[in-house]
Amino acid sequence: MPETSRRGLLFGTAAVSAGAFLTACTSNEPKEAAAAQSNQPAADDKPGKPVTIGFAGPQADHGWLNAINVNAKSRAEKYSEVTLEITEGSNDTAAQIGQVKTLINKKVDVLVILPADGKALTQVGLEAMKAGIPVVNLDRVFASPQAYRCWVGGDNYGMGLNAGHYIGEQLKDKANAKVVELAGIDNLELTKQRSQGFADALKNYSNIKLVARQAADFTVESGQAKMAQLLQAQKQFDALWNHDDDQGVGALRAIQQAGRDEFIMVGGAGAKSAMDAIKADNSVLKATVLYPPTMAASAIDLARALGQNKGVSGLSEMEIPTSLTLYSAVVTKENIDQYLPTGFS
Amino acid sequence: MTQPAPSAQHHGPEKGTVTGPAAAPPSKQGGGLRALGLRADVRNLSLLGVLAALVVVGGITEPDAFLDTGNLQLILTQSSVIGVVTVGMTLVIIGGGIDLSVGAMVALASVWATTLATQDFGFAGILFTAVVVGLAAGLVNGVLIAYGRMVPFIATLAMLASARGLALQITDGKTQIVTVQSVLDLGLPDSYVLGIPPLVLVFAAVTVAGWLILNRTTFGRRTVAIGGNAEAARLAGIDVRRQRLYLYLLSGLCCGIAAFMLIILSGSGQNTNGNLYELDAIAAAIIGGTLLSGGRGTIVGSVLGVLVFTTITNIFALNNLQSDVQQIAKGAIIVAAVLVQRRTLRGGET
Repeated sequence: MPETSRRGLLFGTAAVSAGAFLTACTSNEPKEAAAAQSNQPAADDKPGKPVTIGFAGPQADHGWLNAINVNAKSRAEKYSEVTLEITEGSNDTAAQIGQVKTLINKKVDVLVILPADGKALTQVGLEAMKAGIPVVNLDRVFASPQAYRCWVGGDNYGMGLNAGHYIGEQLKDKANAKVVELAGIDNLELTKQRSQGFADALKNYSNIKLVARQAADFTVESGQAKMAQLLQAQKQFDALWNHDDDQGVGALRAIQQAGRDEFIMVGGAGAKSAMDAIKADNSVLKATVLYPPTMAASAIDLARALGQNKGVSGLSEMEIPTSLTLYSAVVTKENIDQYLPTGFS
Repeated sequence: MTQPAPSAQHHGPEKGTVTGPAAAPPSKQGGGLRALGLRADVRNLSLLGVLAALVVVGGITEPDAFLDTGNLQLILTQSSVIGVVTVGMTLVIIGGGIDLSVGAMVALASVWATTLATQDFGFAGILFTAVVVGLAAGLVNGVLIAYGRMVPFIATLAMLASARGLALQITDGKTQIVTVQSVLDLGLPDSYVLGIPPLVLVFAAVTVAGWLILNRTTFGRRTVAIGGNAEAARLAGIDVRRQRLYLYLLSGLCCGIAAFMLIILSGSGQNTNGNLYELDAIAAAIIGGTLLSGGRGTIVGSVLGVLVFTTITNIFALNNLQSDVQQIAKGAIIVAAVLVQRRTLRGGET
């Protein structure tokens, strides 16, 4: 249920939107009534005309990507009129292009594409759009806006920014505070954005200094290895920002092995293991900044709305927006119960 | 902390050169082997020199952090998992083969050993599964290569792909967190024996075993023989196929042990475990003086190669250098080591 309520921020929950739709007729607010009547909400639970959605994503070799697939499938199952044509995940660009082409040939109504490499898949996105199939581009963005009808994804810069502000607020009264960053894969654009956001947030706090930054590979093994090195290099610091909760499992293990606890740790992405640790409050991990895999469910909602020519509930627009950036909420012990159900393993 | 292991290993080949030729059946090869032993010694000495130079660099750039007991423990611990894999890889390469599937076998063994079903069987269940899965994968490699007459490069490449795929299928992309406390405890400081982490002790034991196998057994001499000239070895009465099978089994066994060590270290199993181990292990063996074409190499050299790589990584991290610089330096070191190796061999052979 809370899973639905999170997406409710974007589209109105099923209950709320259905309620809004029903009450709209008797509403005293003409504007809202007009909006609800003119564009049927995207999250409307009422079955519309049948829609076949083609879904092409990368190989789920990581907890977050697996959660993306799970979210997409379960959301599509919720709609009786939606058929999901899902292709085998692949990190090989050529293979993924072939899969999208197959979906185009099958004449699906709408395409949802999470490209392994956004730039490399741009051409095939254009091809689909030219063939009259609207494309919902999920997460890793295509190089050209012509290649998609709608983009939905996370806010990597915002992740860094919010992590930085959270740490800044925790340490604002501490003189000469030291912060350490355990970044993700360094040759990914998203890693640069996360680091940039973090650095920009810390500029607001003159008492805090980023003393070390090492890149890991989003894996438990790399997280353990790089964190062990960082702990050896920095004998004392006040806060750690780790870009990814999967590598965070390894980082926490290294921290445990080094017997250190003088700092607070903030994770990233929102894995179940990280949320459990935050709730238990028995480790240095005090918060995680979300990069929710629920965006895949939202992409299915949007694809269905596109297929049925609907708008988004609660907005005045007749069409669904061109882009939708998720908010990277900071999950702490205070609000953990709200977010725990979205944690992925 | 560092001293006991490397110095003990360093004395190894010297003894090996004394007994090695005496034990080798064809007396004609005695002189060659002795000369090879000396050359290997020289190379290991120069690798020790590189290590010493690295220690000086580390000591100068980060005196407080580098020359610290905790850091020496860390360098040895971080060498352990890849080190065990490298010992197996070295034997395979000396025997004239190659094993590109080591990283994938570590991944497969680690995820199989950390599935919830296995965790119910506790410590023994995890250890047993890791070793058996490693051995099974090694057996498949060995059978394909020895009896299916497949080129090692192709057979192990196929194993790399399928073992990684299988590991992904088992985990569904998820991180399998270990809940067996007795396994987790082995990675914590409380379990250190005289300041030495258990993982380092396992690494040392595998190194000694690998050295004994290569230098003190008929099996070791046969390995060198089939790597040097398989046809001559066959004519001399060695069962080349069976020897090859055993070598890939040993490599698989090392991967199974390494997978268990990685589970202890990281407290989890993940399909991405052992990523690029094949390249790291081959690189370490080569800078340790093992000939990629087979027939020559030492366990001590490979272990020194691993230590050199880990120490460099450690110094870079302590100095907060970024990953791009680390990768460039690693490549440069491999090139330099191979150039030196070629020069040494050319001098010795002509």
